Parts: sequence; C-alpha cells; structure tokens
Amino acid sequence: MPKITYVAVDGTERSLDVPLGTSVMRGAVVNDIDGIVAQCGGNAQCATCHVYVDETTIDKLDPARQNEDDLLDFTASPRRPTSRLSCQLEVTSALDGLIVHLPERQN
Amino acid sequence: MKAGAQPSSVVIVGAGQGGYQTAASLRELGYPGRITLISAEDALPYERPPLSKAYLKGQADFEQLWLRPVTYYVRQSIDLVAGTVREIDPAARTVRLADGSEYDYGHLVLATGARPRTLDVPGAGLRGVHTLRTAQDALSLRASLAAARRTVVVGAGFIGLEFAAVARESGGEVTVVETLDRPLARAVSTRTAEHFTRLHRRMGTQMLFGRRVAALHGNSRSDVTAVELADGRRLPADLVLIGVGVTPRTELAEAAGLPVNGGITVDSRLLTGDPRISAIGDCAAFPQVRSGNLLRLESVQNAVGHARLVAERLTGVHSAYDELPWFWSDQFSTTLQIAGLAEEHDTQVVLGDDPDAFSVLLFHGRELRAVESVNRPRDHMAARRLLDRGVELSPDDATTPGFTLKAHLASRQGVSAAVR
Ligand SMILES: Cc1cc2nc3c(=O)[nH]c(=O)nc-3n(C[C@H](O)[C@H](O)[C@H](O)COP(=O)(O)OP(=O)(O)OC[C@H]3O[C@@H](n4cnc5c(N)ncnc54)[C@H](O)[C@@H]3O)c2cc1C
Ligand code: FES
Repeated sequence: MPKITYVAVDGTERSLDVPLGTSVMRGAVVNDIDGIVAQCGGNAQCATCHVYVDETTIDKLDPARQNEDDLLDFTASPRRPTSRLSCQLEVTSALDGLIVHLPERQN
Repeated sequence: MKAGAQPSSVVIVGAGQGGYQTAASLRELGYPGRITLISAEDALPYERPPLSKAYLKGQADFEQLWLRPVTYYVRQSIDLVAGTVREIDPAARTVRLADGSEYDYGHLVLATGARPRTLDVPGAGLRGVHTLRTAQDALSLRASLAAARRTVVVGAGFIGLEFAAVARESGGEVTVVETLDRPLARAVSTRTAEHFTRLHRRMGTQMLFGRRVAALHGNSRSDVTAVELADGRRLPADLVLIGVGVTPRTELAEAAGLPVNGGITVDSRLLTGDPRISAIGDCAAFPQVRSGNLLRLESVQNAVGHARLVAERLTGVHSAYDELPWFWSDQFSTTLQIAGLAEEHDTQVVLGDDPDAFSVLLFHGRELRAVESVNRPRDHMAARRLLDRGVELSPDDATTPGFTLKAHLASRQGVSAAVR
C-alpha cells in the first residue's frame, strides 16, 4: 500500500499505509487524523479537505481538474500553489511517499 | 455577542450529521464538559448522501461512510450511547432511553432527523417495497437491486431520482411515478426540472407525471408484483422504492410540550421554547432571517451549519442563524448544485448554451435569490460567494454578452479577495 505522510500544523508527522483506490482524505479520516473535516464526504462540494502538498512530492500528482481548482478558491486557510483537495487525490502507487501538510483551519 | 454560562453537560439526541457535528464543534471550540451522543442506529455516525449514490452502487464499504473512526470519540471524550430516547423531562432535565437508563443534561440538543413517509394505500407493506434513509435501508436495497428486473420508483424527489438512476445503471427496467406534473417540484425551477426529466428519459427510464398510486399488488408469498395507478394502469414491479418525502421526527419534542409547527419550532438562535433545549437539522423549523418565515431544510449544509451555531452559543458566542443554504445531487454523471433559496422568483436567466451544462439564475425583482447549476461547478462556487456576501447582480447584468458569475464576483470584490 502506498505510504502517505500527514504533517500537522505543529509539525507532528504520521506516515500511513493508505489502500489503493481510496483517497488521501479517506486515509486521514479513517486513521483519525485531525485537520481534515471532509464535510461533503469527498464529493468536491465543501473544500474542507484542503491540504498543502509538500513541494518535494508535488510531482507525484496530476494537476487539479477544473472542479477541484474552482473549489480551491474557497478554502478557509489561504490557497497556495501547492494547495489540493485531498478527497480528489485518488491513492495510486504513484502517490507512494506523498507528503501533505494540514492547514490551520478548514472552516 | 455576549458570553453565557456554559452548561456542565450536553446531551445530544440523534447521532446523524447534525448530532455528530454538534459534538465535534463543541470540542473544537474547547468545551470542557461532558458530551453524550445518543444514537438509535447501532453504528458510528455516518454520512447519508452516499446511501443513494456510491454506497448503493456497492462502490464503498460502510466504514468509508463514517464521519470519524471510533478512536476519535474516545480521544475527544464524546460518550456514544446506543439507544433510543423515549422521553424528555424538561423539569428534571433528564432524558430516558428505551432500556430505562436516564441521562441528566445541562443542555439538550435534538438532532432527530426525519423519517421517510410511507404510502397510505393497500399493499404498502408488501415485501420488496422499500424506503431509503439509513445505511440498513441502503444495504437491503442494494441486495434487492441485484435481482430486480422491474423497478418502480414512487416520487420524483431527490432520493427517488437518485435511486432511479442507480437502478437504471444496474440494468433493469425503471419507471418513475409522480403525482405532480414535474420532478423536484418543490426544490428547483421548471427549467432544471425539465432537464432532469429529459436526462432520465434519455437513459431509458419511463417518467410518468400527474399519476397517483392507488394500490400495490403482491403474490401469495407477499412479494410485490405490481403498482396500480389511480387510472387503473398496472406497472409490473419486483422492487418498489417509495420516495415521497419525509416527516420530521418531532414526537419527543411534542410530548415534552415544546412547540412544533412542521418541525420542532426554534428561534433564530435555534432554541426551542425551553432555553435548555435546542433543535437542529432536518427536524427543526427555524425562522429565515429575511422573511421570518419558518423554514425546514434537508441538507448536509443545514445540519452542519445549525450544529456549529449551537456549539458556538453553548460556548458563549450568540448569533442568529443566517447561513446561505446550498445543496447538491448526483444523478448518472450529472451534478446539480443549488445555492440559495428560490421559494419566490419572477425572472430567470440561463447561462451556458450546452443543454447538459448550464446555470439558472433566479431573481425576485432585481434581487438574485438562487442559482441552480447543472454540471457548472464554477458557477456554483461563485454563486455561493455572491449570495453569501450580498454582491449585487441584476438580470440586466446577467444578460450582458460574455457575462460570467466568476468575473462578476471578481469585478465587484477585487480579484485577490474573491477569486484568484
Ligand atoms: C439517501 C439520502 C441521500 C441524501 N443526499 C444528500 C445530498 O446529496 N446532499 C445533501 O446536502 N443532503 C443529502 N441528504 C440529506 C442529509 O443527509 C440530511 O439532511 C442530514 O443527514 C440531516 O442531518 P440530521 O442530523 O438532521 O438528521 P440525520 O442525519 O437523519 O440523523 C438523525 C439521527 O437521529 C436518530 N434518532 C432519531 N430519533 C431518535 C431518538 N429518539 N433517540 C435516539 N436517536 C434518534 C436517527 O436514528 C438518526 O440516526 C440525503 C439524505 C438521504 C437519506
Ligand atoms: S471532502 Fe468535501 S471537497 Fe473534499
């Protein structure tokens, strides 16, 4: 299973094996990681699953689709060039080693 | 805003979207007291929207619907209690469960949701006749769907249509029967309703409007076999979904002497007649700030928004509930998103010339009230912000060639503040 590292605002890191086919959001929720709210359950409706992808691992991802890009304008913490919606990041083997930073606020 | 005394304990009846969020928001806001979250469903709090979508299709396991895993509740000291509350004693400030156990509360939050309406016709209790509200319902529908050859959906509301789409995709014949002359009649404009009628017809579903169901018929084993309409026509069926709306679960509140009017009546701070009892989400009828009219909404946004307001009030921040309502629905590969409320509208402007991707702007006079977007998520997000901030937009603006909601928002708000 691909390993994904979640970095909390205070710098605490947790690396988890997240099953293929789920999402970076699900990996956090199921493993009880704070900082991802995911109010709409992964439907790309709420922008409360915002993460900042670590610059060193951003190449593992395809660019955001239109829908995700639109929603990223509505995040509670400021949007940055590395901002993504974790529910739209499907876990594939290409994501192994991905590092995401959790934002200060989700809503 | 003023600080109030925090209650020493909060009991929440109902662990759905609203109940869960109340507990979570209380802890997020630093509430130190005891939180008891009582659930009639013997399961961790979960999301309902996938029940008529991914979960129904078998694309997600139940664990993937959980709002949080069990460790969360332990970590946050939220006591999850499995059981059904049977009685509230407002004078003693206790609730009693079906098993006789009692819980004291400093503050009580009613988040009891709603139950599906049933049909008052002969045969409504036959096997193969379903409603859809809980994960349990979805699971049994999922099993029936696999074997069903002919499905009849009674009611063309959101749940009926979402279910019809999944049933059609799973290969059987599907017929939708609706009493009114169009689908989603209470929720969307005629333009959007027409689109969904066309979409379902194009996918091969039979859509029957202006027809009432008179009876359901079964065989000797009590399995449903047909739906009889008031005009005498019989539609063969081995699976029937009744999607004719819900009734708010107000019985506890009523028995406790709290006012009920199409929902548990609350004021703008979501308090019932008793200052120690709040009601939120699908079960609550709350005043719309603008008109003062009582409103009951069935959406994730509404349940979550209500929950947050109550958690803020209990931790000292008092405000009136005035969140912009928004909603989504997925049917086949179409996403409908609605921002605002268009109970009243006299003018509509349609953006986009693609018949499968457009937005309908609904105005009352010169004021924008709501925006319905079909496969135009960008419009929806811009509309949410426009309506939320009260940015002015007239029908004339909207009909100017080249108009887009996003550009309008940017021009009124300054690009950096609103949309990059
Ligand atoms: C199939 C389906 C699809 C949906 N799709 C969407 C969608 O796409 N978008 C959207 O915005 N909304 C959707 N909704 C609506 C949304 O799920 C609801 O508006 C939301 O769940 C309401 O939250 P709530 O907390 O008020 O009630 P609920 O989530 O219904 O929770 C109420 C809980 O209280 C429990 N309860 C009731 N009485 C008692 C008692 N006496 N003691 C103990 N427990 C009790 C109930 O068992 C239930 O678990 C959908 C709903 C359904 C059913
Ligand atoms: S969970 Fe709502 S947008 Fe990702």
